[in-house]
Amino acid sequence: MASPTTSKDVQSVSGITVRLAGDSGDGMQLLGTQLTNTSALAGNDVATFPDFPAEIRAPRGTRAGVSGFQVQFASEEIFTPGDTLDALVVMNPAAMVTNLDDLRHGGILIANEDGFNEREFKLAKVESNPLDANVLEETYRIIKVPMTKLTREAVSEFGLGTKIADRCKNFFAMGMVYWLFGRSLEPTLRFISAKFSKKPEIAAANEAALRAGWAFGETTEAFGESYQVEAAKLSPGIFRNIMGNQALAWGLIAASKLSGKDLFYGTYPITPASDILHELTKYKNFGVRTFQAEDEIAAVCSAIGAAFGGSMGVTASSGPGIALKAEGMGLGMIMELPMIIINVQRGGPSTGLPTKTEQSDLLQCMYGRNGESPLPILSPMSPGDCFDIAVEAWRIATECMVPVMILSDGYIANGSEPWKIPTVSSLPSIEVSHPEGTDEDEPFMPYARDEYLARPWAIPGTPGLMHRLGGLEKEDGSGNVSYDPDNHQHMTDVRAAKVAKISSRIPDQEVFGASHGDVLVVSWGGTYGSCHTAVQRCQDNGKKVSHAHLRYLNPMPSNLGDILGAFSKVIVAELNTGQLRQLLRAEYLIDCIGVNKVQGKPFTVTELVEAIERHNDAATGNADKSETDNFQHQTS
Amino acid sequence: MSTLPVLKSADFASDQDVRWCPGCGDYSILAQMKKILPDLGVPRENTVFISGIGCSSRFPYYMNTYGMHSIHGRAPAFATGLKSTRPELMVWVITGDGDALSIGGNHFIHVLRRNLDINIILFNNRIYGLTKGQYSPTSTEGQVTKSTPMGSIDHPLSPLSLALAAEATFVARSIDAHVKHLGESLKRAAKHKGASLVEVYQNCNVFNDGAMAYAQERKQRADNVVELEHGKPLVFANGTKGIRLVGTHLEIVNTADVPADDLLIHDEKDPNPSIHMMLARMSYPSMPEPIGVLRAVEGVPTYNDQINDQVNAATETKGVGDLDTLFTSGDTWTVD
Ligand SMILES: Cc1ncc(C[n+]2csc(CCOP(=O)(O)OP(=O)(O)O)c2C)c(N)n1
Ligand code: SF4
Ligand SMILES: [Mg+2]
Repeated sequence: MASPTTSKDVQSVSGITVRLAGDSGDGMQLLGTQLTNTSALAGNDVATFPDFPAEIRAPRGTRAGVSGFQVQFASEEIFTPGDTLDALVVMNPAAMVTNLDDLRHGGILIANEDGFNEREFKLAKVESNPLDANVLEETYRIIKVPMTKLTREAVSEFGLGTKIADRCKNFFAMGMVYWLFGRSLEPTLRFISAKFSKKPEIAAANEAALRAGWAFGETTEAFGESYQVEAAKLSPGIFRNIMGNQALAWGLIAASKLSGKDLFYGTYPITPASDILHELTKYKNFGVRTFQAEDEIAAVCSAIGAAFGGSMGVTASSGPGIALKAEGMGLGMIMELPMIIINVQRGGPSTGLPTKTEQSDLLQCMYGRNGESPLPILSPMSPGDCFDIAVEAWRIATECMVPVMILSDGYIANGSEPWKIPTVSSLPSIEVSHPEGTDEDEPFMPYARDEYLARPWAIPGTPGLMHRLGGLEKEDGSGNVSYDPDNHQHMTDVRAAKVAKISSRIPDQEVFGASHGDVLVVSWGGTYGSCHTAVQRCQDNGKKVSHAHLRYLNPMPSNLGDILGAFSKVIVAELNTGQLRQLLRAEYLIDCIGVNKVQGKPFTVTELVEAIERHNDAATGNADKSETDNFQHQTS
Repeated sequence: MSTLPVLKSADFASDQDVRWCPGCGDYSILAQMKKILPDLGVPRENTVFISGIGCSSRFPYYMNTYGMHSIHGRAPAFATGLKSTRPELMVWVITGDGDALSIGGNHFIHVLRRNLDINIILFNNRIYGLTKGQYSPTSTEGQVTKSTPMGSIDHPLSPLSLALAAEATFVARSIDAHVKHLGESLKRAAKHKGASLVEVYQNCNVFNDGAMAYAQERKQRADNVVELEHGKPLVFANGTKGIRLVGTHLEIVNTADVPADDLLIHDEKDPNPSIHMMLARMSYPSMPEPIGVLRAVEGVPTYNDQINDQVNAATETKGVGDLDTLFTSGDTWTVD
């Protein structure tokens, strides 16, 4: 399975951003994943942004059916998949017209020439061949390749029908891209032989297409040189590439092992949370039981049932399903059972934008239950961080006897990055205990509390501790049903205090940059990468801008108020219309400026830098004031 | 092995005051439950009652076992999580006609089709008791209630037909006032391996008094109820009347007029539920209503066994999961 090496010139660059775009059926996601893994294995830092339609087979050739995968790989640490593209590969006119705007001037456009014909123009709703536009030659480096024809030739010896032969086209494109960026073919060759082990002729054809694509790059006059991205200087250790949902699943498995509690995962399929189920169900030998319930209500209730029995009960969904779980979550909270509820957010409201990212469920998770029912909320900041957040959520849930919410989003769920593999001994231990049985001389007090206000987790099967939980208000201590007004006041206060006290058991908020200054950018969740990179760029431009990225949203770290107070301006950047901003204003009585976007897309670094610098100039008195930014009229 | 302490009915009573209306049929079901539990030999700490919301769903508070008074209609879902992870526990679901068939209809169907090894006791009073007297999915057509002043225009649902349609493996019916029969039915349900449903006609003497008097009152019962017994012919009215299968329907005959072997012999074990479904559809006043076990099919794998079998099988073939091995599976690279 040797990988060939080029004899042409090689230019060294620090990073490359590529987007692969084609029809949903063109295999672009596979191509992107392979390029990512190969780049990660080459030691690059990588960040990805898969972007695909909600429809499984969106109308072929149309703009709505375009599926894209963007990856940045670099020899230095990176935090985003990149704003503008150095290279764009397009398989058809629809892919070209919907993505060309993001290609930087002077960037490389590789087009599958065979995909550009009258039929495709009609489907993409373009008047004429977009490849013929005069401006193109002046703006970009265009390379037209008859990929379909070349792929058919490359696989002709295997005697496959044209339909199957044409499916190898993405491997041809991959070979070309691999040549252009000096990538080894080896990992993908291994992937092909494993994936198609039962269909040797398909494996052979794909390999032939991959090698033909590479050879085309090597021989064509169109490419004068290829590019080389050296390995990044990541901290020493063993790395692997990991996707957010996968990291979340593994974090849950790790937490289960660390606490000695079998994982029960009750869920109902929904984008973009389903991959957690697909991942977890592979690991039954870790004691994982997955239950695909009849709906999200049953899913959350089953997790509570498992928690009552002493297992690690977890449920996950996206916004619409979380709405259905609300009543169950309220029950979990009043019964004070440890469990985890995951929301992998997508564009809302209602069914919204299933495959696009957004952060608009923060207030739903904070307040979306009847009555006074606060729950702790944690939010991962990157694909790899999903692992740590899952472990941390279970630690808090068991220490405080409370359901904990994890607020992830589609961007980190589907995105990937290199993940430094932890040694198991470096992971925190999670001590869980259940009270032992008695001979019933003394009545059991299921709502007795420890210093953190946690109650005992007594489980069925324990003699002498028989007790009844439920949704009716209960008397503190005994847990018996109580309608006493003072008791209700007391229990409401205790449940709130219990969550508030968690702030003493979580790390202080860290600030990137000076601890005081002109502008503090506050962010949370999946926007970490773009906000961090934008702040860094502002700092490089000499601005006194710092960054605080929240992983704990309820309760917030206890030093956050002081941090916010040390800056003249606080900018809250989030992919919603200002939900964290509202919380910060309410909690800390400080003014905040919103930088907001709801387009189903992540922030670009460029737009954040512009917004931050504009507000920074206003803070330092040399520009006009504008309260809130939103990018709703901006097309990008 | 130490011998289990012998428990009495009173050992199963919690210290909480029972708060149903005086005369409510729920009392009798509670009494029968406490009466039969000692016979089952399951320790109190291994017994769990999970209910939804409704008058009937207060039941767990009155039992000195583990219990959960959950949310409206969802008890089967809580039971699924519990029984899947703690299969050694004996889990009972207590529900009402509104709880199980209206808001919880979906969970009711799915827990039965999955054949989770639990016992569901459905207190059917054909009314919403706790919310003070609105009609329910089992209220009769034309029934005047607080929410149907001109009479209900809904067609009622039979929990037994629904359960059979959901491929339930154990389906039975009993009556609050018919205490011995009730106790036996609860016992049979407990002993069945798989999901058991017992519908209990329960009188709500405040909002729907006497709605099922034709079956509850001893004097009327003989004429309006057929007590099913496996392997025995279907007879009622003190043996004067019987049920015969003609083509695809059932009809009433005078036992004196037909040869004995013309009568339908009850077969609760028949894997084919067609005749069970015919029995479930017999309804007063055109037909007597069956009580007892309509269907009891053993040997169908339970959900809780299967979910745990898969865990065990995976562990046997792959070995106990190891985190280090998981983390380093697939492609990795080292940075020095
Ligand atoms: C989500 C929700 N909706 C409505 C109610 C109000 N509610 C409580 S019990 C009940 C009906 C109970 O009827 P049934 O299940 O027949 O029980 P019964 O009181 O008759 O025993 C209703 C509608 C509720 N508690 N929760
Ligand atoms: S309202 Fe009806 S069902 Fe409820 S306790 Fe009273 S009599 Fe029983
Ligand atoms: Mg009722």
